[in-house]
Amino acid sequence: MHDVVLRKRVMCVEEIFHEGGPVSATPLRRAALLAVIRNPFAGSYVANIEGFMDDLKPLGLEMASALVSALGGDPKAVEGYGKGAIVGSAGELEHGALWHVPGGYGMREVLGGAKAIVASTKKVGGPGTRLDVPITHINASYVRSHFDAMEVGLNDAPRGDEILLALVMTTGPRIHARVGGLKASEIKGEDGLR
Amino acid sequence: MKAKIRKLATFVEETRREMERAIAPATRKAAAVAVIENPFAGKYVDDLSELMSIGEELGELLTQRAVEALGIAGTSAESYGKAAAVGENGELEHAAAILHPKLGTPVRRVLGKGAALIPSCKKRGGLGVVLDIPLGHKDAAFVRSHFDAMEVCLNDAPRANEIMVAVAVTDSGRPIPRVGGLTKDQIKGEDGLR
Repeated sequence: MHDVVLRKRVMCVEEIFHEGGPVSATPLRRAALLAVIRNPFAGSYVANIEGFMDDLKPLGLEMASALVSALGGDPKAVEGYGKGAIVGSAGELEHGALWHVPGGYGMREVLGGAKAIVASTKKVGGPGTRLDVPITHINASYVRSHFDAMEVGLNDAPRGDEILLALVMTTGPRIHARVGGLKASEIKGEDGLR
Repeated sequence: MKAKIRKLATFVEETRREMERAIAPATRKAAAVAVIENPFAGKYVDDLSELMSIGEELGELLTQRAVEALGIAGTSAESYGKAAAVGENGELEHAAAILHPKLGTPVRRVLGKGAALIPSCKKRGGLGVVLDIPLGHKDAAFVRSHFDAMEVCLNDAPRANEIMVAVAVTDSGRPIPRVGGLTKDQIKGEDGLR
């Protein structure tokens, strides 16, 4: 058991009306929630780190709920998601991998059983490091209109002994999506892919 | 609305720990950002009154958004700041036209008061340019605990023909202020300075 010690939380919400084309009647909304926590394994190699995934589950759940609220409060409005982590310089990439389970669990729980794998990325970096968090459709990874990414980062995090954890949710396709492929309306919803 | 808005973003930062000390209640800052078309991009225009009116609209919209993001009444706000970044086909004076003549009045209307000058900064820049929005106490510029700044950026703005406009509002000063000076309980609130 390790305490999850939170230094800072940052919510970023974007509302996109157009990108040079027709102004959409429903703007695309994207939200990212960043949590900066202490890395309990910073500074040394620790072989057994798995238990920290359970410790992080309440945070994952809390972050996922906060994102749904930031996007209006209705989980059904959420169509895309992604997650990521930036590990401070005294940690290792593997510490970022601890976020896969609790981050994904939190979002699936709140969204009522989303089927697709949660797209993710992670890296080791210093304060100000930017992370492009990949985004895909919550029920079918191949939905082409929903492939997206949201850039996140904080000027003062992560410090050496910290991890910056990110969850991202979106309410729809790219604002002028028009490159074909599987459509959200064509999802079978059996395997999380199509 | 005169402003042609491509995108709106809000950022809320909540600091709960600093140097291993708990910050309770957490200090909170919010920034609302609009990315708009620059009507004067690529040409010299003498009369900038259109941008001044846009500044007035954005002063209200962005302040409302920032206060909403903090979930507080406007009157509970403690400090504020504003900033703009002009895309490469625009002129620094375009930022000045938005920020200085008319933006402040609606900011103060939303916040109930605001005797102090709204600290500001501006620059020209490309996509991803970083704005450090200066912050100062809204009723007394000399309150030392509230001298601060908030960094914002958007990876896809401002494009060459755009302007990015930001208003920041807080419900608090720095996490652990201890460099003396005027404190908020000593504010007289007559001249906007002390």
